[in-house]
Formats: sequence, structure tokens, C-alpha cells
Amino acid sequence: MASVEIDVKYVAHLARLALTPEEEKSLGAQLGSILGYIEKLRELDVSGVEPTAHAVPMVNVTRADEIRPSLSQEAALRNAPQKGGGLFIVPKIVE
Amino acid sequence: MLNQLTISELTAKLTKREVSAREATQSCLDQIARVDGKIHAFISHDAGDALAQADAADKSISSGVIKPLLGVPIAIKDVLAVKNQPLNCASKILGNYISPYDATVIEKLKAAGAIVFGRLNMDEFAMGSSTENSAFGLTRNPWDITRIPGGSSGGSAAAVAADECLASLGSDRQPAALCGCVGLKPTYGRISRYGLVAFASSLDQIGPFTKDVRDAATLLGVMSGVDPRDSTSVPEPVPNYAASLTGDIRGMKLGLPKEYMIGGLDPEVKAAVDAAVKQLEKLGAEIVEISLPHTDYAVATYYIIATAEASANLARFDGIRYGARVDGNDPIELYARTRGAGFGAEVKRRIILGTYVLSSGYHDAYYLHAQKVRTLIRNDFLKAFEKVDAIVTPTTPTAAFKAGEKSGDPLQMYLSDIFTISCNLAGICGVSIPCGFTKSPKLPIGLQLLGKPFGEESLLKIAHAYEQATAWHKEKAGL
Repeated sequence: MASVEIDVKYVAHLARLALTPEEEKSLGAQLGSILGYIEKLRELDVSGVEPTAHAVPMVNVTRADEIRPSLSQEAALRNAPQKGGGLFIVPKIVE
Repeated sequence: MLNQLTISELTAKLTKREVSAREATQSCLDQIARVDGKIHAFISHDAGDALAQADAADKSISSGVIKPLLGVPIAIKDVLAVKNQPLNCASKILGNYISPYDATVIEKLKAAGAIVFGRLNMDEFAMGSSTENSAFGLTRNPWDITRIPGGSSGGSAAAVAADECLASLGSDRQPAALCGCVGLKPTYGRISRYGLVAFASSLDQIGPFTKDVRDAATLLGVMSGVDPRDSTSVPEPVPNYAASLTGDIRGMKLGLPKEYMIGGLDPEVKAAVDAAVKQLEKLGAEIVEISLPHTDYAVATYYIIATAEASANLARFDGIRYGARVDGNDPIELYARTRGAGFGAEVKRRIILGTYVLSSGYHDAYYLHAQKVRTLIRNDFLKAFEKVDAIVTPTTPTAAFKAGEKSGDPLQMYLSDIFTISCNLAGICGVSIPCGFTKSPKLPIGLQLLGKPFGEESLLKIAHAYEQATAWHKEKAGL
């Protein structure tokens, strides 16, 4: 089974995931062998095959556009790590 | 011992007022106190709340109310929202999260009179096959506590096998097979996913873990139906599943896929499944050899699609709106540190793999390619179902393995799901029922039946007929 090189540091950045150097190393080796295993899918000729995104494809499921009750502000903020003045508090994004 | 009863047995006793819902609930709580220190199926449970629900059920019973699950204690996998109860997905990242609402299936269970209690252990975010990936510690197999209960719904299966509840909700069949109970995976879209924390949106489906097939039919009937809050739930009528349990399967055609007799299949598992097939034949079913030629590609396909969907779904755990937060100098650093501290090793592994297969330059080569292979796998099944009413396979290639045996080798762990994964990709339905035991140690073996999309009635009919002719489901783990 061939191993595939993967730039863990770069992908971890895309995924917004801080990894320790040890994690980067072990993930690199493990994912290399998993991707090597996945390579077997290349044996299959899929030209002309439609992709399946969902086993039960349903399109245009809509509902009436009307105002309905939803979570109260208090309930929505209940699990917030930081809140104040009825809002989620987040670090400054715009200078 | 009321905790050992099936739902139908308890309901009969409750209706006749021979016992109370409080006594039944107390007997489950006593069993938890007695055995959960050994198996750790529950992350937590609120005994006071369960007893209060039981008292309310007793009041309803005494005023003549009749509901399908009135007074029945049912425990819940830690992936479903139950209003005012904790929800962690067995992860650290959700911190002290308390659900602000009920999942649709929970609403339905409550409306049917069930006592909804407990948070059952699982692999973190349902990523795993052994319940070793929980931030809350391992769950152990009630038949042998040195072994794993399967996963991701290890707690759901272990709690039912150990009689800590009458039934439970979870999401797969492999743990049911390894713990010796009935596990049903309904057709994708049969049951609403509203309030189920998303792992792989096109694959996730909730199902019941029960002590017999009749109970699985009862729960499926209560849980099924279209839901305006889940646009992927399907407006297909909900039949009376119990009515299909006639015991008569004469003339039904059952397919045996030749690709499932793989090298890694344990001889004792093979012998038990062969004997079960003979039993089904004796009951009047016709056995036909079929082919599912793309079986060998299912695990690879699954780990592309499931990880891709998971990497997108788990983006919401960023420390902003809920859960634990680790501060950073800017938002990106806050997200990365929060997620680095909050997620466990397997979740990180899958997020990285999923992000990689979706990233620029690799999307078509991996993700789109896997979606096309998924079509081939689904077509294999649809073609087989033109010839047969159901497909018979082992649920797992081996009985429960030892804790720690595969945790160092993710790929070997993934391959333990080889027989259950194609069903999830194809979006069909499946059930696992007990069909025997290994000799030494004595460990349960599961028989898997796979059915057409929305073919749960046939599946339950066959499973029930087999169960009536055998006594495997009556055996208890000696805890």
C-alpha cells in the first residue's frame, strides 16, 4: 500500500486547528497510510457515473415564509462562552 | 426485575397496574448503581428528573391514558438534544452545554409517554467503532469488560445489554451486534435529524437499540415521519410496523452476497451466520446468491465522504456561540486554539482528512470521485433488490475485540465496520439481531439483514420470524 504525503501544517491552518508538533508528526504518518488505502478507488472507472450527494435526493423543499416563534434571546445566549448586553462577545475583528 | 423486561412486557404490566412506572424506573436506576461502575455506559444521568417523569406517567396511567411508550424508561445517546439536559457528543469542546430545545425524536418519545433519561457514552462526535474515543472514558462490553462495546453508539448498546434501561437511541448496528441486542438503522430520511448533532449529514440516521424485534418496531413507529424542521426527512407514510410481525416469511427471497465471505471473517462468526441462514431457509425463505461487486471499495468511500462532511459540520465548534473557548490574539487564533484544545485525536484526524479531500486541487480527485463510487455501491444494492426482499450478512467480521487492540491503528479500526458501512452509503435500511455466541470467551454474534429503501416492514418481519425460532436474544450478560 503506497503512502501519500500530506502537508498537515497547511491543512490544519485551513481547518483552523492548532496542533502540537507531535500531533503534526503522528497525523502525517497515519493520514499517509489512510490516503494510501483510499488510493484503491482509482482502480474504478467512474466516467459517465453521476455523483451521489444524498441517498434520497429531494429538491426544493420549502415552507411558508412567515414569522414563527423561535428561541428567546436568553435561551440562545445561555451557552455563550462570553456575553454581554444581550450579545455574544467576540475578539475585535475590524481595526 | 423490571429493568430486564422488554417494552411490550413492561407496557402490559403497567396497563394491568401490576407495577408502576416509578418501580420500573427505580429498577433501572438501581441497575445503573450496581453495574455502571464496571461498564460506564452512561456519561451522566439525572435520577430525580427520571423519577419525576415516572410519577407523571403513573398519574396518566391511573387516569386511563393509553400511549405506546407510557412509563417506559428509554436512555439517549449523547448526540441528541434533550431540553435542559447536558449535550456533549462525548467531547470536551461543548463545555457545559445545556440543550435549549428537544430534538424531534425526543419530542416524539415524550409525546408517546416515554421516560427520557441519561446521556449515553459514544465515540466523540460519533467518530469511531469502539467508544474508546470518548473524552469521558471508555465504555466496556457487558459480556466481557476487557473488551469494547463497539461504536460509535457503544453506550447505547451496552446500556440495553446490561438492562440499565428498557431501550435506547443511538445510530448504528455494529455495537448492537457486539453487545447482543437488536439495533435498527432506518432508511435515510425515515426519521427526522432535527436536534441530532451533525457528523456526516448525508449518512447520519438515528435508530433504536432494543431487547427484541417487536420493541424495535414499536420505537420505529413512534420515531418515524416527515418533519418540516428537517428538509431531508421524507414524506413517506408510516406503516403499522407491529402488524408486519406475522412470523410468516414463506416464499421471501433472501440474498447472500458472495463478497461478504472475506478473509478476515472469523470462523465462529461465519458458522453462526451459516446456521442462521439455514434457520431462515427452514422457516420457508428462499436463499439466493447475489453479488455486490463494489463492496471492497465501501470503507475507502465512506472515509472520504464522512470526513469531508464532518470537517464542514464541525466548523461550527469555534468557541463563539457555545462551548469552551480558548482566547487568542485574533479570531483565527481563538478558533484554532479552541478547536485544538477541545477536540480529541480521532476528531482531529478526521477533520484534517476531510479538509484535505475538499481542498483546492484535491476535491475532484477525492471527494467527487468518492461520490461517484457511492453511486456504484448504491446501484449494486438497488440491482440486488430487484431479485431479493432482503440481504443477509454478518454484522461484523469478528466478535468484540479487546480495548486497546486497534486504537493505535486507525485503518484496522475502520475495517471493523466493513459490513455496516455500505448500507449507510446506499441509504438503505438495516437491522442487527443476535444469532449466536463465540465459545470462549462467550461473546455475542450479530446477524445483519439489509432492506430496500423504506423496506423496514420486510426487514422487521424476517428478523422477528428468526427471533421467534431462536432464543439468543434471551441470553443475559452475567454482570
